[in-house]
Amino acid sequence: MSKITLNNLSHSYLDKQNSDSDWALRDINLDWQDGGAYALLGPSGCGKTTLLNIISGLLTPTKGKVLFNDKDVTSETPVERNIAQIFQFPVIYDTMTVYENLAFPLKNRGMSNEEIDSKVKEIAEMLELTKTLNNRASGLTADGKQKISLGRGLARSNVNVIMFDEPLTVIDPHLKWILRSKLKELHQKINRTMIYVTHDQTEALTFAEQVVVMHEGKIVQSGTPVELFEKPKHTFVGHFIGSPGMNILPCQIDNGEALIDGIRIQTGTQINNKINFSKTEIGIRPEFVSFTEEGIPVKIIKVSNTGRHKIIDTECKSGKIKILSDSTKEIPSGSTFLSFNKKYTFAYGDNWIIE
Amino acid sequence: MNKTYNQKAWFFVIPVFILVAFNAVVPLMTVVNYAFQETFANNVFTWEGTRWFKQILRSDRFHAALGRQFMFTGVILLIQIPLGIAIALSMPKKGIGISVCLVLMSMPLLIPWNVVGAMWNIFALPEIGFLGHTLNDLGFDYNFTQQTGDAWFTTILMDVWHWTSLVVLLSYAGLRSIQPAYYQAAEIDGASRWAVFRHIELPKMKKVLTIAILLRFMDSFMIYTEPFVLTGGGPGNATAFLSIDLVKMALGQFDLGPAAAMSLIYFFIVLLVCWIFYNLMMRNEAQT
Repeated sequence: MSKITLNNLSHSYLDKQNSDSDWALRDINLDWQDGGAYALLGPSGCGKTTLLNIISGLLTPTKGKVLFNDKDVTSETPVERNIAQIFQFPVIYDTMTVYENLAFPLKNRGMSNEEIDSKVKEIAEMLELTKTLNNRASGLTADGKQKISLGRGLARSNVNVIMFDEPLTVIDPHLKWILRSKLKELHQKINRTMIYVTHDQTEALTFAEQVVVMHEGKIVQSGTPVELFEKPKHTFVGHFIGSPGMNILPCQIDNGEALIDGIRIQTGTQINNKINFSKTEIGIRPEFVSFTEEGIPVKIIKVSNTGRHKIIDTECKSGKIKILSDSTKEIPSGSTFLSFNKKYTFAYGDNWIIE
Repeated sequence: MNKTYNQKAWFFVIPVFILVAFNAVVPLMTVVNYAFQETFANNVFTWEGTRWFKQILRSDRFHAALGRQFMFTGVILLIQIPLGIAIALSMPKKGIGISVCLVLMSMPLLIPWNVVGAMWNIFALPEIGFLGHTLNDLGFDYNFTQQTGDAWFTTILMDVWHWTSLVVLLSYAGLRSIQPAYYQAAEIDGASRWAVFRHIELPKMKKVLTIAILLRFMDSFMIYTEPFVLTGGGPGNATAFLSIDLVKMALGQFDLGPAAAMSLIYFFIVLLVCWIFYNLMMRNEAQT
């Protein structure tokens, strides 16, 4: 059980770093509370697995510190840190039975046989592995194997943190659901800090109380799923979270106001006029755009019906705008006007929110 | 569903069939021919049935050669397999060291058998060879041309030098194919180095090791050139393995009948051992 703090963490896989792109991770600062459920969300190659391996102790960061309960553990091994980690692909010990697999981490830590036995049975019960306990682990299906991997991670009850590195990648969709809710349930039951790495926004947003979005080795935003949705701090977050993602349109900033195609747009945050940006944009989620009598003139290009919603592709002079609307609503055709919900309209300067 | 039958495809097999016929079936049938008949000059053959087979199977000479052969193969397998795995485990996992090691390892494999034999012959000569001379200087009474133990020691050392690399390369390939997550998981599970070897590396190397053992068994069981050049089967018959004994019988004594029968028996032993071994390995595979 512990609080995790990352202090100015940077990591590079190269011996010498000449440019920003040589760093896999840059200036990571995080504070994670004890017992929380966190997700690291980002596309492939954004550094989330690197970050996870640094927290678990499989990697030593080039710069910065890892603290567990304010104690510096940067140079400690995974065993010393007492953590559990589950990997993307199931890792099982082929030569052992399911029971032996689950017992392995406990045995290595010198627990007595009775303790091991009760713990293994408890975990097996939880993951519905009881029937296969005496089978050879190598004969199981991919999801059965991944359950063993999960089980080995969960078997030790005193770990500081349990980390999941895209653990459901190899699992069938319907089992994914079951396992994901099982993890959630587990978190509530054992109340241990859990970190879940994924590139799937649904997984991250359903599992975690706090989601950390990573992009090109940096943390672009950390917040609750609602915060990430309603007020993205970076255009990447707006784009990456939500389906379809946020509309991002180039705009001019004039006297503290944003203009698209010469039309004044009201934003949810005050625009600070003093900074000069090389690029200024307006971001608005498709959910918060509606048709009006006057506003931004657009042409409707395409209407796609996804069942519950309609996604309408429109085009104005500055670019394309998507609109998400109820499938029962009447959609105008040809040329029309759009208005943005002020509260959820934000101006971005060089990709970061202006406020 | 209508399946079209077209037997013309068989014509494409003809070239291969002819090739195999000439390089395998025809020579083998010649041997079979000699094995069941007695021949004198002028290609006159008389039918002998299984006489040569009985003679070989009952001969002390064959039993002794077979015993030496199993002994030799057993010893080199016991040395080369663990040694090969050990070297593969201690090879570098990244950087320029990999290429250096791989090239160094492949060198012995590229040297022709007779050259290896000649090299070791000179290397081990008691008077002038580096190995022989050094051993004698160190106070060992070493002479591989006259002492049975020394002859065996040198032959085994030569084979270990020549062929351990093969086991190393195969094991190394097997080791490299293990995903890093296995080692990471083991680290997190708190596994000891031995447990990592026993439960991750060894099981993952099982397939390549099966191949390594099969190859080394077959090659060493049929070994001829190297001991022929090194010791010539001597001193006496001390290192006359099956193939050396066979050639002595066929070409030295010109006993073509018994030699042909011995060839076939030899062939079946190799086949049988490989078949048993392979099936044992595959049966384990099916269980797991």
